Amino acid sequence: MGSLEERLRGPWLAALGGDAAAYESSLRELAAMLRGYYRRRLASLPDEVEDLVQETLIAVHNQRHTYDPDQPLTAWVHAIAKYKYVDLVRRRSGREALNDPLDDDVEAFAASDHDAADAKRDLRKLLATLPDRHRRPIECVKIEGLSVAETAQRTGMSESAVKVGVHRGLKALAELIRRHP
Amino acid sequence: MRTEDLIRTLATGAGPVESRAASRRYVVALAAGSLGALAVVAAWLGVNNDLAALAKLPMFWVRAAFAASVAGTALVALARLARPGVPLGRASAAMVAPVLAMWALGAVVLLLAEPMMRAMLVLGSTWTTCPLNITLASIPVLAAVLWAIRGLAPTRPVMTGATAGRLAGGVGALVYTLHCPELEAPFLGVWYVIGMAIPAAIGAFLGPRLLRW
Repeated sequence: MGSLEERLRGPWLAALGGDAAAYESSLRELAAMLRGYYRRRLASLPDEVEDLVQETLIAVHNQRHTYDPDQPLTAWVHAIAKYKYVDLVRRRSGREALNDPLDDDVEAFAASDHDAADAKRDLRKLLATLPDRHRRPIECVKIEGLSVAETAQRTGMSESAVKVGVHRGLKALAELIRRHP
Repeated sequence: MRTEDLIRTLATGAGPVESRAASRRYVVALAAGSLGALAVVAAWLGVNNDLAALAKLPMFWVRAAFAASVAGTALVALARLARPGVPLGRASAAMVAPVLAMWALGAVVLLLAEPMMRAMLVLGSTWTTCPLNITLASIPVLAAVLWAIRGLAPTRPVMTGATAGRLAGGVGALVYTLHCPELEAPFLGVWYVIGMAIPAAIGAFLGPRLLRW
């Protein structure tokens, strides 16, 4: 932590003095630090990590006048990160119970097993509805694990067409999944 | 929005940060709050007619120092609570000290007094109104102080709200001494403490509701 503190402190103090470049690089360092922090704590909610990183960066930005130059920057950021984490957990637990009682565990495992099988079937079904130029690149790159170049060779598409196909195809899939939960 | 875009947006035109911003908020809030408390006491309760005579007695100033030290220690603790990552440290023990000192003084006074006099030393003549009056005088201060902290970043909302209430109670009690005829330590140790505890409880209740950020 000491070396992190030393690395962050100088640019941060310059940033508070009005140095925009130092501020940008400080925020980038803090974002990486926060991403690691939240990934460890939100292992069960990976989708929330980046949202929370951004929310915390905004809080850091809005509250940077509460930083006391005599205190360690890491302690200040950590307190903000923890506050935002607790806030998220509290918000979520209001909407849905995060902690299932232990008795339900066996049931929960069984349920998640079926979910995975269902998901696989659903994905095939949904994939089949996509046009070839989207479906083939996804099958090759995302399911079989080929590289973009190999996929281009096999399908006779250009490399950029493969990339675009994967991107648009995944977007279309996400849209389909949203409409058929 | 991508995080990288967000960072660039935040960094553009951020400008330098004023380091005195936090303390100026406290000064403004305490000035406005004290004026409000003064208005409540002077206009509604009225300044004590014997104020000049009372001010010649040492206990008048002990009482003022008691209320002021409750407010002062609360302000120190509040300044720490409103900054993320600053531990309270000895500030929390310091907040208890004025009350303990007043209780010790009150105990000595009660021990030395005639047994017949003890009830009167505790109840005085205004015990039914004192805590409520202190609470009313502290309301404007509490409102102003909560406003000040809303511009800062407290990470412990209940504790921060309670401490804001203590500060408001201390200032309210200090202003209330302009009206209050009671000078006995046992009275102050009971009714002033209750009067300052009520705004603290209100603050603890309001903290989580008003101090989110």
